Amino acid sequence: MSEEFKVEIVNPEKSFLSKEDVTEVVVPAFEGEMGILKDHISIISFLKSGVIKIFSKSGEENYYVEDGIVEFKNNNLSVLTSSIFNIKDIDKDKISELLKQAEENSKSNEITDQDKYLLDQKIDVLKTLN
Amino acid sequence: MATLDDLKKRIASVKSTQKITKAMKMVAAAKLRRAQENAEKGRPYSEKMNNIILNLSSGISDKENAPKLLSGTGEEKIHLCIVLTSDRGLCGGFNTNIIKKAKVYFKKISDEEKTLKIITVGSKGYDQLKRVYRDSIVERISFKDSKTINYLDAEKVGKMIIENFEKKKFDVCTIFYNKFKNVITQIPQEQQIIPLKTSEIEENSSDDNYEFEPDEDEILSNLLPKNISTQIFKAMLENSASEQGSRMSAMDSATRNAGEMVDKLTIEYNRSRQAAITKELIEIISGAESL
Repeated sequence: MSEEFKVEIVNPEKSFLSKEDVTEVVVPAFEGEMGILKDHISIISFLKSGVIKIFSKSGEENYYVEDGIVEFKNNNLSVLTSSIFNIKDIDKDKISELLKQAEENSKSNEITDQDKYLLDQKIDVLKTLN
Repeated sequence: MATLDDLKKRIASVKSTQKITKAMKMVAAAKLRRAQENAEKGRPYSEKMNNIILNLSSGISDKENAPKLLSGTGEEKIHLCIVLTSDRGLCGGFNTNIIKKAKVYFKKISDEEKTLKIITVGSKGYDQLKRVYRDSIVERISFKDSKTINYLDAEKVGKMIIENFEKKKFDVCTIFYNKFKNVITQIPQEQQIIPLKTSEIEENSSDDNYEFEPDEDEILSNLLPKNISTQIFKAMLENSASEQGSRMSAMDSATRNAGEMVDKLTIEYNRSRQAAITKELIEIISGAESL
């Protein structure tokens, strides 16, 4: 029996990525990293900043996301996100720029605890990438 | 009767107009292809978003405590209308059709004695509405500076709407835009985005038992604001494809009309030239005969 399922990542402008031969996906879900294998129960969750890891026969791919929704149903994984970058293509300048912005945002007093929590996560992730 | 010189000038001017409209048609055709591609590429996102929201909202048992963006404020006193139009003219009935549709809705609202607030996106819509509805227009937005339609612009509009909603500045929000059917046909649409119309929810079969992390309410309240931006983005994409399509067919018929006019003027020019020659000949012949 094959252990593969389909993953699709879409952003508002286009379908970002579509792969049929995926064996495992790790997404940074709201309550912690979540690994998804074939025949996972149907689930909807939203994402915080982090790295999506996609494992397939052709190797491993890493994508950095800032936010999004993930839905898994009938062995179809859809990730909706408005900001996604392939880690291979993202350069240091971009990361430091995002990092700076996030740090500034987290310093302002007008944000809620939840936003603060998400921003701190984002800063951590960006720091590890940098 | 127009002299030969006048006719010649007119033919030249119509011909140069034709050149311009032809060029505009070509440009619109090229832009249309791109806009159409973008609209198609953007579809999966909004469709998926819609699906997830449908699944979520059908799973919510406690309708009373559902997020306000879904259930509404319980009142329907203040209506916010977002009218999406183009920034440029010369695109046939494109803007007029949206405005016409919107005005019908505006009239209905004022007949019911509810308050109307308007946000115009695109300068042409503002130009057409300002005469009658100046007092109702609360905001005008234009994306003249951005070359392509991008999600950030839509997000800006979306955030503004949600901010206003949270401040309880309106109860119902409707957007007006043109849906792209094909190059010749664009259908003006009105779509209510707040509260979200749930009448389209079909009773899904019971095998859609999702696990939610965190719970439904929290996901939903996080997702709904995003959905507003997505819907606006979708409307903007459809609108831009429609605009180019509309402009293309308008410029096509303008080019054809100019061609017909050139033909007619050329015939008239040739006739009057012939008449002048005949007249001269008659004068010469009758002069010779009298000798």
